[in-house]
Order: sequence, then C-alpha cells, then structure tokens
Amino acid sequence: MNNFQYSRASDVADAIRLLAADPSAKLIAGGTNLIDLMKENVERPSRLVDISRLPLRDIEETADGGLRIGALVPNSDLAYHPLIEQRYPLLASAILAGASAQLRNMASVGGNLMQRTRCAYFYDTATPCNKRSPGTGCSALDGLNRNHAILGTSRSCIATNPSDMSVALAALGALVHTAGTTGQRTIALTDFHRLPDDKPHVDTNLGSGEIITAIELPPHGFARNYSYLKVRDRLSYAFALVSVAAALELEGNAIGEARLALGGVAHKPWRNLDAEAALRGQAATPDHFGRAADLLLQGATARSQNGFKIELARRAVVRTLMQAANATPQSQAHKKIA
Amino acid sequence: MNAYVGTPTSRVDGRAKVTGAAKYAGEFAADLLLHGFVVAATIPRGRIARLDTSKALKVKGVVDVLTHAHRPPLAEQDEAWKDEVAPEQGSPFRPLYDNSVKFNGQPIALVVAEDWETAKFAATRIRVEYEEEAFATDLESERTKAAKVDQPHKPRGDASAALTRAAVHHEADYVIPSEHHNPMELYATTAVWDGNGKLTVYDKTQGVQNVQKFLCSVFGRKPNEIRVISPYVGGAFGSGLRPQHQVVLATLGALALKRSVRVVLTRHQMYGLGYRPMTIEHVALGANRDGTLEAVMHEAIAVTSRFENFSRNDTGWGEQLYKSPNSRLSHKLVHLDVATPCDMRAPGAASGVCALECAMDELAVALKLDPIELRLRCYSDRDQSEDLPYTSKQLRACYARGAEAFGWSRRAPGPRSMRDGKELVGWGMATGVWEALQMPVAVRIVLTANGHAEVSCAASDIGTGTYTIVAQVAADALGLPIENISVRLADSSLPQAPVEGGSWMAASSAHAVLGAAEEIRQELVRRVKAMPASPLGGVDAPDIILVDGTVTKAGDRSRAVSIADIMRHSKLERIEKEKLNQFEEEKSYARNTHSAVFAEVKVDEQLGVIRVTRVVSAVAAGRILNTKTGRSQVMGSVVWGIGMALHEETLMDHRFGRIMNANIAEYHIPVNADVHDIDVIFVDEPDDRINRLGVKGLGEIGIVGVPAAIANAVYHATGKRIRRFPITLDKLLD
Repeated sequence: MNNFQYSRASDVADAIRLLAADPSAKLIAGGTNLIDLMKENVERPSRLVDISRLPLRDIEETADGGLRIGALVPNSDLAYHPLIEQRYPLLASAILAGASAQLRNMASVGGNLMQRTRCAYFYDTATPCNKRSPGTGCSALDGLNRNHAILGTSRSCIATNPSDMSVALAALGALVHTAGTTGQRTIALTDFHRLPDDKPHVDTNLGSGEIITAIELPPHGFARNYSYLKVRDRLSYAFALVSVAAALELEGNAIGEARLALGGVAHKPWRNLDAEAALRGQAATPDHFGRAADLLLQGATARSQNGFKIELARRAVVRTLMQAANATPQSQAHKKIA
Repeated sequence: MNAYVGTPTSRVDGRAKVTGAAKYAGEFAADLLLHGFVVAATIPRGRIARLDTSKALKVKGVVDVLTHAHRPPLAEQDEAWKDEVAPEQGSPFRPLYDNSVKFNGQPIALVVAEDWETAKFAATRIRVEYEEEAFATDLESERTKAAKVDQPHKPRGDASAALTRAAVHHEADYVIPSEHHNPMELYATTAVWDGNGKLTVYDKTQGVQNVQKFLCSVFGRKPNEIRVISPYVGGAFGSGLRPQHQVVLATLGALALKRSVRVVLTRHQMYGLGYRPMTIEHVALGANRDGTLEAVMHEAIAVTSRFENFSRNDTGWGEQLYKSPNSRLSHKLVHLDVATPCDMRAPGAASGVCALECAMDELAVALKLDPIELRLRCYSDRDQSEDLPYTSKQLRACYARGAEAFGWSRRAPGPRSMRDGKELVGWGMATGVWEALQMPVAVRIVLTANGHAEVSCAASDIGTGTYTIVAQVAADALGLPIENISVRLADSSLPQAPVEGGSWMAASSAHAVLGAAEEIRQELVRRVKAMPASPLGGVDAPDIILVDGTVTKAGDRSRAVSIADIMRHSKLERIEKEKLNQFEEEKSYARNTHSAVFAEVKVDEQLGVIRVTRVVSAVAAGRILNTKTGRSQVMGSVVWGIGMALHEETLMDHRFGRIMNANIAEYHIPVNADVHDIDVIFVDEPDDRINRLGVKGLGEIGIVGVPAAIANAVYHATGKRIRRFPITLDKLLD
C-alpha cells in the first residue's frame, strides 16, 4: 500500500474540486473494493477524498413516480428499503445476490457502480495487464480465463464487470446522475460502463473530476414478473459465472414489455434491445425465451476456458425468464435454484 | 472411573476463544516491538541480480531491511535445516540464505519498521532485478519426467497379468489439483528479545519443540536461549507441522536488531507455504464377475519441489481395504519450480482414497453391483501389505449403520433415475481409512493440596480439542472434577511431545496423562498408608483408587481419605510427577480407523449447479474420548471434503509459474450455503489391543472418502463421471 493524502469533502462541490485538482486522487465511500486494491498495490491513489459523510443517503420519489437513490445509500439499506422491495424487487434481489452481508452494509450504491474487475491478472502486479498497466498486454487472453468475458471483448482485455446490482439497474433502465466541473448530467446506466476496446484501463464514461450523486429508477419496476438468477461456483459469496436479470410485463401469457440483462459475461452489464424486442408480443414460452437468449448472445466468442459460459448463459436466460413469467423469482436466501 | 472420558464435554478453552482472552502468536505484546513485512519473489526460478533497498531504508520509521546479503549468520549444512517433519531427501528451503530463487512467492527480504503499515509501504519501495532461468511448474506437461520413490509396499503376485485376464476391468486417471490449507489464523511469529541473546518466540505452529530445536540449529543457539510458545492455533491442518518462513524471519530480525520483532504473513503470502500436492492417480482394478478382485494397481504421480522429495502414502490404502491376490503400487514424483508440498489433512489418503473409491464405484457400475455389496465382497480382514490382522476393524458396521441412517436401501441403482423437480438426485458412497498412530509423549502433573491439578505438556492444540481431552482424562484418572484441572500446553519448556499431526495426539497425550496420574496415585497410596490408623491400611495398592478428591478402596467408599488430608498430614503443598509414556512396539497388528461416507447431491439438470444436500459419515475410530468435540471435528472434515469435491483448486498460470487465486475470495471453499445436513455416527469399536483406553484418533479420518462419495453421487445423479477435481458445474454441461 502506498502512502496517500486524506481529505474529507465538505460538500459535493468540495469533492469535485479536490478530485479535479489531483488526477490521481480517488473518492472513497465504503472502501470495500478500493482498499483491497490499495493493499495489493493495484490502486495507488495520491489522495483519498472521503465523501462518506456527504448528504447523499436519501431515497426519494421523483415527480414521474420513479425513485432517486442517493449515491451513498448502503447496498443493504437499498435492498431492504420498502419502496425497493415493493416496486423494484429485481434490484433488491440482485443486490442480495452479491458479496456478503458485511460487505453490503459498507458498500455504497455509487461505489458498487465503480467496482473494478476481479480478473486475477488485474490483481497481480507481477503479471502483465492492460487494465492495470496500459500497453503491457492481456494475460487472460491465453491464460486463466474460465471466468472471463464472452461478449464485447477486445484484443486488449476480456475482463468482466463483477457487479450484480448494475445488471438489475441495466435491465430496469436506470439513470446515473453526476456532478462535475462542467455541471450536472445524466447518463443512462447502459452507457455508464464502457467496453474495453483499446482502452481497458478506463472502466466508465465518468469524466475526471466527475462524481456520481444519485441513481434514478424509472417508474416501471416490473414488480410482478421478474427474477435475478446468479450462477456461480459455490452457492453464495462468489462472483457470477453468468447472471441474468429478467423482467416481463405479461397480459395473460403474452409478453408486453421485456427486459433482459446479463452479468459476468462482459466488461459491462450486457443488454441487447433486439433480444427484448423479439419477446414483445410473443407468448411466454421456453422456445421464445431461447430465441431471445440467442439474440442476446449473438456474437459471443470464447477463449480457451470460458466456452461453457455461452451455453450456460443461454440456459440461464431461459430459466430466469421462466421464473419471471411464472412469478416465481429466484430467492437469494434459499440457495436452491427455483 | 469415567465421569468425563467418552462424554460430550464442552471445550475447556471455549470461553477463552469466544471472548478473545485466548492469545494467538501475532497478538503478544513486547516493549519496543518492531514489525517485519515480507517481500516475496515474483519469478519461479533464477537469481537475484540486484536488490536495491535504499529507497525503503529512507522511509521514516524503517529500522532495517534484511536480505541474503545483509543478515546475521545462518547454518550452512542441510542437516541443520531439517526439522523433525522435513522430507528425508532434499535440501530444505532457507529464507534469505542466498540469491537463488526457487519458487514464486519465496521470501527475499524482510522490511523491519516501527509499525506494520510503514514496513508494508517501504516494501513497495524495494527494487529487485532478477536473472531469470527456464522453469517448469505444470505437472501434466512434465508428467513423463516422473521418477519413482521408494515405498514400503512390495508388489504381490502379478498384477498386470491378472488385470489382463480379469473378466471385468476398470482403469482411469483421477486428477486432484494442488490445494492450500487456508487456516483462518494468518501465519505469525512474535519473537520477543529477552536480552542477553535470549528469545521467547510466540509462533503459530503444530509443534513448539520442533520449532525450538530447528531455531537453535539454524541460528546456532543453545537450547536455553530460545523458548517457543504457541498456546492457541487458529487452524493449521498440517501447514504448521514444519517451521514456516515467518518464524525464521522474525527470529532473524530479533537477533539482527536485538529487539522484539513480529512478522505476520499476508493471506497472499501464505500461498508461498506448503500445500497438498497435485496428483494424477492412475487406478486399475481387475475383478471376477462375482465382484471379487483379482488385481489392484495404483500409481500416483505427484508434484514436489526441485529441492525436496515430499511424498506420502497415496496408493497403499487398497491393501488395507480390498482383498486381491495381486497388487502393484507405485508413487512417482515430478520435480518442479514450486515450493515443497506439505501435509494437509489426511495427506496421501485424501487424494489416493478419493481415486480408489471413485474407481471402485466405476467397477461396481461395470459389474452391475451395489457399491456397498462390491466392497463387502472384497472386504479384507487383514492388512495385505504386511499380512496382519487389525487391532479392531468395524468397517462392516460402518457400512451397515451408515447405510441405514442414510436410507441407502431406497436407492434406485441406475444413473439419472432419481429426481426432485428440476434437480437430478444422486446417492453415492465411499470408504475412508486412516492410520491409528501413537507417539511418545511426556506429561507433568502437579497436584496441590486444594485438590487442584495442573497438567502440562509441550503438545499443541491446533483447535482440535487437546486441552479438553487432556483435562477429561486427567479428571477421571485423578478423581477430580474437570473444573479442578488446568492444562498448560505448547511451551517448548514443558515435557516432551512431538508435533500435533497424523491423528496421533489424542491417544498419545491421553496415555501420557494416565502414566503421570498413575505416578501421582502411587505417591498418594504411599502417603496414605503411612498415616497412623490409615483407613486404607491392609488394602493392596492396586485396589486403591482416586475418586471424588479422595483416595479410596475400590468398591468400598467407606474406606477413604481426602487428598487434602493426606497432603496436610504429609506436610506437602504439592505432589509433582512427570512421566514419559512410550507405547509398546507391537508389530503383529495393523492399526487403522475406518469410515463409510454416504452423500446425496442434487444437480440442476439444466445449469449443472451442484448441492450436497446430505452427508452421513459412519466412523469407527475406537473409543471416542469426547463425542462433542469429536463430532465437530468430523463435521469439519466433511465440510472440507465437500470443498475438495466441488470447490478447492490452487490455480497456477504456468507461463508465469504463479498462483493466481492466492486469496480466499477466489480460492473457493464451501460457505454456509454449500453445507446442509451432516450426520456423524460413531460406530462402537472396542479395542483392547491398541492401547489401554482403546483410542485411535479422529483428525484425518473424517475427510477421507468424502470427495469420492460426492463424486460418485454426482455420477449417480447425472450419468457423468468427472475424474478431474474439483467438480465444477462447467464439467457437467453438455
């Protein structure tokens, strides 16, 4: 761990100022990922700007019937908030599928969006990694890549985004509110994270000196027909091999609106509007779900060890859509897959 | 009198552990304590060309940086570095000895600073340049370089010919990956500088006297100059049998700086210690149609380091379990540029029996026999390698009791024949076997006039319950309530004990307690008989026993004198006796523990997700001293067996020769969600041949057989035979 300066931001503007003044400064809220990375010398911030006491902890209803969630709301508080449980159970479920109770208590919503990949090479400073040290090469391409990306990869990086929460947010069409030196803006969650292309060291489209202030959920929460299914190597406390967020609007057995996002398969939560469009107006049957899965997985490519993920993702999509259609969402408390 | 032995007695150290009063090696304070942080090599093989510590030394708070070029003297002979557990062949690794790099993660420098954070930061300022050399770390690609090691098992008959002739035969490779112990407590040493060159070393170890002798030998100190203490150990599982890097480094630092030094390894650095070696287990079985065996062949090919030959008995267990007129066993090693492996719970057996028991399941399928029935048809009442009977072997009862508790008779024999909704259900079983070893141990008992006894011994309690069983046995032998017994362990100045391992400490320490308690009894008998008008006058000494704080005639409690009265009358404050217990060399019997393990798995048919929903383990291990801690110990072993079957695997990138999942987020072990019902049955196994109490030990037996039972259940559920562990869901997808 390197030595660093520590500043406590007095308000959002102060945080922006501190961040903009020092390009290698980092924000710290819960610290559940950043501190680990600092211990491994992967992150070496010159300064930590502590935003944990800023007043960004409210969950408020918006004028159009959605919700605005402060960036510092702990993951646990969000998952167990009555409005989330009632209106956006998909989000609650995804959060509870991730990490452990202790980590969820500490981790903030904004920090969850900023968490970095779990690629082993990214974590090991003794090995090449384009994400950690641009230009050194990607060790995972021909290395241990069993849990690496199958979609949206590049020759520079095949890392995945590890967040569960983001997958549900992508499916729900959430917005990210930010503030920076040039004022405030709103970014669609699906545009927030980047694909690696030739700049895998840049995870998100957040500008320098820009901070997340809130997440906004649109009014439609798909509270009746939804499911979040996470498939992993043990039944809790492991990152996803594949995860699926599915949400449906059903009239009888006919699908109205459909939302589908994948986790554990790409550098960002993976959504494909064609796959969702293909479901609209169709009957909620395994066949139609399989076709949507095929569309969603279009272009999937495997490296030496992760080919199984393509078929696993396809099956997981069908299962999750069935759970959603049957209104039998995956429980995160009972580790048996429904 | 057995008020405590054999009963479910709570841990005597339980309160200290849950309240935090129990202190571990890294928690001992010392004046002016310095903190060392280890710098580890990042290449698997080569030489350190340049090690620049100048920037680290400039960091405020850094006291020194020790390296191979800057350190106090270390012993130069290999023999000086061979601790009592070191492999016979080889040259043990010596931290900071010279500029050679023998494995990735090898310690190459120790930054010593006034606080841990400073040491850790300064470690990042050290620059190392290497001359790298060609290396190899992949067992499978180097398999052809395997060299045979000597094993005690001689071939019987002509196994190859018998295999060719056999009506039914099965032959396959089973691959067990390298696994790391990951005890909860990090490896830590606090070396306290007592002045005048003397050190008190608080170390996480399974054997304080082993470490003490090793340190004296490596640093050329006299026995009275180093004392090693390890009162509590937060798990070790074999990784603490040999003295580890941090104890050498902390001692080195203390001697160099004449100050107390603490070194705590990080979780990542603990992957530079020993591990269960990856093995390719080749098993071939030839059988007659009736399920009797004609041939057993078992060859293990295992990883070891370039500099030490570590090998264990992977292949000999079939000799004990299954009658066969022909057998051929061999163990081969491949030397790679890695750290030396070490013992890990049931070393050899956990891997070798896993392969054997999967192979037996495959043979049962080929023979269309129930897996238990096959095992009964070739059940061996003798250890065939030495042609010896057993002191006791209640394995048949394990099969019967385990099967009954599990409901095995309701098993549909065909694969994919049982189901529960979207899940395929599989029932599998396997046999477990381990040794019942016993070692010389000495115990000192100090009985005081208030009817309190202190029992002391250098043995460790690595979390297994030694404190508790020592207290139980002493309480019964001295006729005192367990509250009146205090136990001191794991101090090298206490009476002799070997490392705690191999499942030998329960029997060994218990009988040492009996020996010392007998000396106490004889002393009390002498004293009581010397009393005027002694109520025990005329009673033969052997008929005098210790009960309820009194010395009394067996069967006639009216003739009794309290210990307090005897002591008062003899004008004694205390009686102190020390006795070394040695077991008789008895070579006409084999001594083993056994188990039958039954597992139920449920496998999601589409997604391959595996749940181990039930395990029944029926164990025959002689007399169980403490059914409560014993049950916990076997349950823990079963959980580990679940991990070995489904989760555990040390992943190495062979291009870098580096372990890539050196943390407990990515190195998977079972979490609560992976553990369901575990039923432990102790099968009654009286054994008056093995030792006086009939105790065999429980440390290892609980894991042996569990991975195979689960793998066999996965086959029964899915029809897929996975021979490469761990069984992850991708291996079950079509």
